[in-house]
Amino acid sequence: MRAVYILWLRQLKRYSRSRSRMIGSLGQPLLFLLALGFGFAPTFSKAGGGSYITFITPGIISMGILFTAVFSGIEIIWDRQFGFLKETLVAPVSRIGIVLGRVLGGATVAMIQGTVVLIVCLVAGFRFDRTVFLPLALVFMFLIALLFTAIGTSIGSVLQDMQGFPLVMNFLVMPLFFFSNALFPIQGLPKALQMIVRLNPVTYGVDGLRGSLSSNHGYVFGVGQDLVVLGFLTAVLLAIGSHLFSRIEL
Amino acid sequence: MESCGKVRPPDTIPRIMSEMIEVRDLVKNFGNFCAVDHVSFTVARGKIFGFLGPNGAGKTTTIKILTTILHPTSGTIYVDGHDPVREQREVRRAFGIVFQDPSLDDELTALENLELHGILYSVASGDRKKRIEELLKFVELWDRRNDFVKRFSGGMKRRLEVARAFLHRPKILFLDEPTIGLDPQTRNHIWSYIQQMSKGENVTVFFTTHYMEEADRVADEVAVIDHGKIVTQGTPAELKERTQAKTLEDAFITLTGHTIREEEASSKDRMRTMARAWGRR
Repeated sequence: MRAVYILWLRQLKRYSRSRSRMIGSLGQPLLFLLALGFGFAPTFSKAGGGSYITFITPGIISMGILFTAVFSGIEIIWDRQFGFLKETLVAPVSRIGIVLGRVLGGATVAMIQGTVVLIVCLVAGFRFDRTVFLPLALVFMFLIALLFTAIGTSIGSVLQDMQGFPLVMNFLVMPLFFFSNALFPIQGLPKALQMIVRLNPVTYGVDGLRGSLSSNHGYVFGVGQDLVVLGFLTAVLLAIGSHLFSRIEL
Repeated sequence: MESCGKVRPPDTIPRIMSEMIEVRDLVKNFGNFCAVDHVSFTVARGKIFGFLGPNGAGKTTTIKILTTILHPTSGTIYVDGHDPVREQREVRRAFGIVFQDPSLDDELTALENLELHGILYSVASGDRKKRIEELLKFVELWDRRNDFVKRFSGGMKRRLEVARAFLHRPKILFLDEPTIGLDPQTRNHIWSYIQQMSKGENVTVFFTTHYMEEADRVADEVAVIDHGKIVTQGTPAELKERTQAKTLEDAFITLTGHTIREEEASSKDRMRTMARAWGRR
């Protein structure tokens, strides 16, 4: 248990010390929020969708969490490259303990990043009208963080070096974000696209978060379904991540 | 080279529990490649043991098997009386290790790196603090304890790793080329730390090196491995006598030949090169 704690703490320390990373990973969500959020606002409200900033904020928060979480998981490759991974792998600690510490640490970092994005969105004009649902929003944020740190961990356990990183960004993380309901509503989409969006786990995270933050847009799938889908996938990916991590050879 | 083929019947020598390391008929195949070929040796408690051999001879593979990182294809191994395959946890508690490449967290301070290690090895909190202070003073890094490791020179990192490896009071210390790439001053310091700790706390030391004069100076006993097989074992003096060589280096070349060994770069080596090119982030 102490081992899980110290590895979790290590991730937090590394994150808090790397200002450039903190600010750097804010850049992308900020860009989307400002350019799309304000750019599409007139069209969106004219079409009867209400405030686009309110609509897009849960999507932007999810984006911040998604990117940070996957990156945190993939950090295993750095640790492998810079040697620290060996130090943990020969210690008299179970691999499950190590992976748990890493995933919880990565997810916490992603949560913090998501919270910072939320604050930025508030400054940009986002308002949430369901204060009582705020704890539920935090639960969704943490589930998204956990799920994607686990995915990052799985990938990081398999990849040998950072060469594969752009591949992961462009063919997994970006599509996961764009083919979700983060930027546009799911209703009225072409059939094929709607299918893809419905199969995307990010969609359920965004839906849960959106429903918990604004009554205007509500839950499309229902809070129960969002929680079940996300919780189930998180459990599965955690199991896969631990399994792949425990198979790492030096 | 081909795989090692049929495993020979086990030796008739009885298992001696008093030895720190006992290896009998150790075989490790990587696919068709035989990296370690029926290797047998013992290391007595409290001794400093040098494991010498050209590049690709099987040194690192053997260390990885002894330290539970790699599973052997066959053979009997005991480290402090425990089997690294079946009793992983016990073996891991018994040894400390300094890897060939740095394995510190650059973004943490020297103190934090040791703290983390102490907690991973369940060293009780009060004892941990005392032990860390004692060891950091011993390797002359106490004044730099709150500095980030990324600001450290190669020699300082090595010293910190040596301190870390002793932190949980291991019975045996593995060192894979501990002095590679360091200046003579630092090399001497590193060895003097290791020798003092080994004597003071009765720690067995198992090391590999390419610096034969170091092996000659510090090792109580050495074994020479080549092409996955033990060529000879004895005290440095015995080896020199056997080969009628003046220095251990001459003895080593007599035993292993003049040919340069070409190793195929593994993905690890490529990564190492890349990490160097990237300048340690």
